[in-house]
Amino acid sequence: MSDEKPDLVDVQIDGEWHQFPKGTRMIEACREAGVEVPHYCYHPKLSSPGNCRMCLVEMGMPPRPRPGDDAPEPDQDGHLPISWMPRPVIACANTVAPNMGIKTTGELTETCREGVMELLLANHPLDCPICDQAGECTLQEFSVEHGKGESNFREQKVKKPKNVDVGPRVRLDDERCIMCSRCIRFTDEIADDPVLGFTDRGSHTTLAVYPGKELANNYSLNTVDICPVGALTSNDFRFQMRVWFMKEVNTIDVNCATGANITVHQREGQIYRITPRQNNDVNSDWMPDSHRLNFHWIHGDDRLTDPLVKNGDSHRITTWQEALATTADKLAGIDGSEIAVIASARMTNEELLMVNRLVKHLDAGHMDTIPRDGESDDYLISADHNPNTNGVKLVLGLDNPGSQLEAIKKGINEGRIKALLCLQENLVEDGGFDAETLGKLDFFLTSYPLANPTADAADVVLPGACWAEKTGTMVNVTGRLQRLNQVVDSPGQTLEPWEIVRDLIQATGGGNGIYSALDIFKQLTEEVSEFADLTWGKVGDLGVPLIETSETIPLIEREKERIAQGIIVG
Amino acid sequence: MSQIKYIAGKEPHAKESRVVFKNVDREGWDQSIETYIEDGGYEQQQKAFKMEPGDITEEVKKAGLRGRGGAGFPAGLKWSFLPPNNDKPVYLICNADESEPGTFKDRYIIHQDPHQLIEGMAISCYAVGAKLAYIYIREEFPEGAQILETAIEEAHKKGFLGKDILGSGFDLEIYVHRGAGAYICGEETGLIESLEGKRPYPRIKPPYFPAAMGLYLCPTIVNNVETLCHVKHIIGSGGEAWSKTGTPNNTGTRILCVSGDVQKPGYFEVQVGKVTLGEVINDMCGGLKKGRKLKAVIPGGSSAKVLSADETFKVGRGDDEKEITIWDIPMDFDTLAACGSMAGSGGVIIMDDSRSMSWVINNLNNFYAHESCGQCTPCREGSLWMKKITDRVVAGKAAPSDIDQLDAVARNIDGRTICAFGEAASWPTESFVEKFRDELVADTNPELEEAFVNAESLTAAVNLK
Repeated sequence: MSDEKPDLVDVQIDGEWHQFPKGTRMIEACREAGVEVPHYCYHPKLSSPGNCRMCLVEMGMPPRPRPGDDAPEPDQDGHLPISWMPRPVIACANTVAPNMGIKTTGELTETCREGVMELLLANHPLDCPICDQAGECTLQEFSVEHGKGESNFREQKVKKPKNVDVGPRVRLDDERCIMCSRCIRFTDEIADDPVLGFTDRGSHTTLAVYPGKELANNYSLNTVDICPVGALTSNDFRFQMRVWFMKEVNTIDVNCATGANITVHQREGQIYRITPRQNNDVNSDWMPDSHRLNFHWIHGDDRLTDPLVKNGDSHRITTWQEALATTADKLAGIDGSEIAVIASARMTNEELLMVNRLVKHLDAGHMDTIPRDGESDDYLISADHNPNTNGVKLVLGLDNPGSQLEAIKKGINEGRIKALLCLQENLVEDGGFDAETLGKLDFFLTSYPLANPTADAADVVLPGACWAEKTGTMVNVTGRLQRLNQVVDSPGQTLEPWEIVRDLIQATGGGNGIYSALDIFKQLTEEVSEFADLTWGKVGDLGVPLIETSETIPLIEREKERIAQGIIVG
Repeated sequence: MSQIKYIAGKEPHAKESRVVFKNVDREGWDQSIETYIEDGGYEQQQKAFKMEPGDITEEVKKAGLRGRGGAGFPAGLKWSFLPPNNDKPVYLICNADESEPGTFKDRYIIHQDPHQLIEGMAISCYAVGAKLAYIYIREEFPEGAQILETAIEEAHKKGFLGKDILGSGFDLEIYVHRGAGAYICGEETGLIESLEGKRPYPRIKPPYFPAAMGLYLCPTIVNNVETLCHVKHIIGSGGEAWSKTGTPNNTGTRILCVSGDVQKPGYFEVQVGKVTLGEVINDMCGGLKKGRKLKAVIPGGSSAKVLSADETFKVGRGDDEKEITIWDIPMDFDTLAACGSMAGSGGVIIMDDSRSMSWVINNLNNFYAHESCGQCTPCREGSLWMKKITDRVVAGKAAPSDIDQLDAVARNIDGRTICAFGEAASWPTESFVEKFRDELVADTNPELEEAFVNAESLTAAVNLK
């Protein structure tokens, strides 16, 4: 093998020679060569049971000469002839070998695929019209690509349990199940909660949850994602929307500092579901149920949709102009040293840069953000429940976010702080402020997506867009810069927080040429050294490492170990 | 040997060569260790334990002992697959899951001569360096399990098991593990999974042999009961001498379990390849039932492909090539393979002309549909499909095209499963359709063909391709 490096092997795939590192699975080698090998049970993040037999391919090796026979002659490129095996092999669990040949087309491979498809569909209910998986079902996809187009099955189908509650969030239709065991392996190998298993045998094999147990762990909905068919469905999403009507937007989860990469599925401004998006440095292919389902409030009744100003004991709806004018008017009489700004570690870096501008413009004497310290679940949920604490440290320059909050409260209570601007935070419920303290302020402004007790105490209430309605970047717990992308339009007169802060600066006499979040990012790259030379394009869908932190994501570390052990591909 | 007397009416046939079955049905024989020792038992173990372990493997290789469980793989070669410089524990497992329909040999060894197995295992363990061995016995042999437990206890007391056996410094414990009633536990990797406490799902290959990665991912040797017993006799006579019995490459004796339509079904230990199927039927089994003609034979357990009485077989190579009838087939590994079937587990099932082949294949399909473990798609879905088709054939509710479909399903299984048991589910159907197609079709009803055709589909573009 002419120019072969020691750790690379030459493999012929469908007639073309390629090089792959030793130990590469045949299915991954094919994928790299641009040839998709159909499969059901194989998942690169799970062990490979090789049970579905969909990835059977024709394989060959150089002929082994009998004693006395001449060794086969290599061709001019150094490749030996290939002697094709009469029996097919699974591409998922076998690794490439020097001078191996793989045929993903041809009679043997094609009849194998056709045969497996026919057998998988024999006892499948074929209830696609009422199945949630329709449109993203690999049985459907591979039927089109590799099926016969008709069935010769004349028998009665096997009856199995339907509509089984396997847990609070996941529902099972055993007749649709193709026994690939992905969900069983996930709950065992990733979630450490092996509550699923097979009962009975043969064609009557039935996926079930162990008696007295339920699939209730906080990662249960990942089984729905990896189920290649409609056997496992999400109680939250099922029957809500046909998948082909939805548009998908890649963004990140903001429920904690991990910043799991996600895809949000929406139709006409309404979000229907969130699924994890593969990022091997952040969340692998998974995300917690609690984060995945935390979006229904976005379309709730308690969203703020208009600016409000205090009107006696209650608030009245107003225009942005009046709200901003009122704010400018009130702040005009207050010295910068008497102004405090409390921003949010849920804000993007771009929003935080605008906050920084506002603080400087007003010469505000006090600034902080509200920390959300919780517990890590030892999987993907970080102990820091804010998504952008690292951004706060970088952009606002706060070394110890939250350390000024007590001083600000004290300042208000002692009358030294007269005005408080609360941006995208909930001071009463999350910041430990009480209505009495806030009542002592001469002027109190708050912006937030939802109506809340903090807003009750405010002179001016501004409706701010939530995470799904805005664009920007955040820095996760490991120091990775990732993009947050707008999924849907924000309701009513809501503005993105960076717009609100820009307008506050302008209303109070400042000026700038900011017209988009991208403008701010450009300024970030000029003003904050860590961001130098970056563009949104470079950050891309998967983010880039920005700063060093000592933090790791437990699930990712365990996954790396399994890759090193060769248990999974990764 | 000449003084051995057998229970009246159960004497071995003159053409038998009793080695492993020497003590089966022997007069005055019991399962106790005293009886066994009195007859020279455990002498071979004492002899073996003075040998180098590697030399024992060499003797087994010289003997040419082929596995008696079904695959007929050379036992000595299997042992030599143990990785060199291994630092993990090595396990030896005796496969006593005898579950291939038509096979009933291991149970007699276990029931009547348990110490022979334990001695064979002790020698084998010493040879491969296994300090822990298991006898995986099928659930349906409760008495056999108790007999083995007692025998192990006895062997312990006499110092043939346990610590520092016979002063050799070698330790060995044997445990009896009972299955829970599943055919698939006879598949060696399924057996290992079951022993580990999991569902007995056979493992994917490679690795092809548990010697590389077996029980608890450690090197493991799995051998059949009869195979392990033979190890004792190989040590007794020496590999060279042992290989003189039987025929070249098909050495030694093996036990045939004959069932079905013969006068006297039963077990017969014969030199491999030294008796023909005709001799088995006519001499040993007293011939077919009165007035009946031979129709078919399954020569090696239910998974072996059926042989038709009407066909002829080409055997031998080159100048030795000849065509023979079913009566002249010598019962050895290579000839039965050349005849398109296999010696398998030694279960010989005889069928005469009173048998309906539709009923027979349906009976077999019932077994495989019931016993498919359900792990991989082809066997899981295919075995039940085949059963449902033959159910209809037997009930007179099938159309002639169903026989083609039956064959197509079998071809979809063959060669595409995780384990050999899975594809073996297709072999009976493949061979019955190939050899008895006319008879199967005769049991179908051409008028039913119409019932399956949707007239509209004939004009619609149903084929995606």
